[in-house]
Amino acid sequence: MLRLRFMLELEAVNKSYAMGKNSLHVLKDVNLNVENGEFVSIMGSSGSGKSTLLNILGILDQYDSGTYRLNGTLIKNLGERKAANYRNQFLGFVFQSFNLIPYKTAVENVALPLFYQGAKRKIRQKKALELLEKVGLLDWAEHTPSEMSGGQKQRVALARALVASPKLILADEPTGALDTETSHMLMTLLRSINNEGMTIVLVTHEDDIAAKTDRTIRLLDGQIQSQ
Amino acid sequence: MIDSLLEILENLKRHRVRTLLTALSVAWGVLMLVVLLGFGNGLQNSFQTKFADDATNSIWLHRGKTALPFAGMKIGRTIDFTNQDYDLLRTIPGVDKLTGRYYMRDEYAVKYKNKSSGFSVRAVHPDHRYLEKTIMLEGRYINEFDIKQKRKVAVIGPVVVDILFGEEDAVGKNIMIGNSVYRVIGLFTDEGNQSEQKKIFIPITTAQQALNAGDTLHALLFTVGDATVEESKVIFKRVKSALAKVKKFDPNDKKVLRTRNNVEDFQQIMKIFDLIKFVIWMVGLGTLVSGVVGVSNIMIINVAERRKEIGIRKALGATPWSIVSAIVLEAVLLTATAGYLGILGGIGILELAGVLLEQADHIKDPQVDIRIVLGATGLLVLFGTLAGYIPAYRAAKIPPIEALRA
Repeated sequence: MLRLRFMLELEAVNKSYAMGKNSLHVLKDVNLNVENGEFVSIMGSSGSGKSTLLNILGILDQYDSGTYRLNGTLIKNLGERKAANYRNQFLGFVFQSFNLIPYKTAVENVALPLFYQGAKRKIRQKKALELLEKVGLLDWAEHTPSEMSGGQKQRVALARALVASPKLILADEPTGALDTETSHMLMTLLRSINNEGMTIVLVTHEDDIAAKTDRTIRLLDGQIQSQ
Repeated sequence: MIDSLLEILENLKRHRVRTLLTALSVAWGVLMLVVLLGFGNGLQNSFQTKFADDATNSIWLHRGKTALPFAGMKIGRTIDFTNQDYDLLRTIPGVDKLTGRYYMRDEYAVKYKNKSSGFSVRAVHPDHRYLEKTIMLEGRYINEFDIKQKRKVAVIGPVVVDILFGEEDAVGKNIMIGNSVYRVIGLFTDEGNQSEQKKIFIPITTAQQALNAGDTLHALLFTVGDATVEESKVIFKRVKSALAKVKKFDPNDKKVLRTRNNVEDFQQIMKIFDLIKFVIWMVGLGTLVSGVVGVSNIMIINVAERRKEIGIRKALGATPWSIVSAIVLEAVLLTATAGYLGILGGIGILELAGVLLEQADHIKDPQVDIRIVLGATGLLVLFGTLAGYIPAYRAAKIPPIEALRA
């Protein structure tokens, strides 16, 4: 398969929200390219539009004008079903608050994206265990999130993000709820995954976390200041 | 598919009390519907048995007193029927089967060999068997020759046979009714109540002669074929005006004949049953609907509680359809299973009632039609789908961004 140079290509992307009679212009002509296999961070103060940008990158929100290509595929005006399929196929999410399903065990949580791909139970189980082993939590497969530490939960979430072999990992403040030591362990893990060729986009407001990535994109008032 | 079912069962198990209570409300609704319908049917069955006694298309005329003056005659005259009136009615179009009745004493001592007992005797014409729906078991009923020749013959019911003859053959034997000897020519039975089984029928002319009654009749009974209520009223009018002419009374006199139009009565009772059935359906369905609304509410709560989870699932690639179908399936599963248990419970109660009320007069065979049960099951699946629809629609609207906002 042809390996494209750019995983993400944004051209003149605009997004505004209606606020009563006024509209709030959140993203202003954003141009952004992320190369295949790159590990980048997005920084910006609250209100800078970085959450909106991440939502658009994650196909969780629509944009008004411009173009967004993900792995060469134009992502624009998708129906809900199509958006769900692309999310499942292209993306792996890691959230600040882990967002594991509390009543499911680690291995069940990790296997969930495969369920929505229609994979068979045995294959789901096998792959989920493989990924848990990769993040060093094979012994915790049958535990529920409530029995785990924050760092462990985030590693389960990372395993879940990786299980369906996505093209891109989107991490929204993944270290936000972790202590410094655990944060650094997670960043080391992310780096090793990146070394295997995975493209990673990470949103953070911590400079030392951003410093561990290849490149930092700074957003200010909906515009890219530096990249 | 199996995975989806496992997910649903897991979810139902996690909220055990809630699931049980919801299921109970649906099961109760269905149970009520089945039991009510069953008892409604039982009530109707018992009424139909009572009606089975007599022809439902019959009109009965008894003697009355005039309430209107006619041709200079005062009111209060008693109008007697005679054999000539019987012959007159025979000629009126619309009158199908026709019989007179001559009422005798309540009870006569009836004797065979050394056994005797009291029975009531009815003096009738041959067509009486159609009006009373008499079923012949052996021998024959009274015929025209018996009437003409005033034969002393008798047709006896099963209780009479039991008491007087036991295992012995009755047909052809002589019995004593009062002080006269009658030959038994036939045995009958009747689907009506017990007292009909104790009767003895003799030719009406024989009774008239034995009691020195001349040609007097006490009542005239006739059927009207398959006439409608309206047609039966027309036939009755014809009969009445023909009688008015020979009996000299005002055809508009309401008291001169005491009449019973079974065609009309039967239809009225059937109308009452239709009404009862309607009420039963309303009550039963009402209970069922409140159960279904309960399921819908629980599913809405369920969806509200799992907003975040649904958002996470969507971010992981769950399509709206997979979310909607899971919720609808859960509602259908809950409704259908609970409903099915309700049906089984209801049928169980009816079976038990059928055994316990075997001797009761007002309820007979309380059962529900299997088609209604199957229909109700189909309805439950439909209701389950409806119950799941609103919560599923709400769930489908949950944006995945919710999962990102922690």
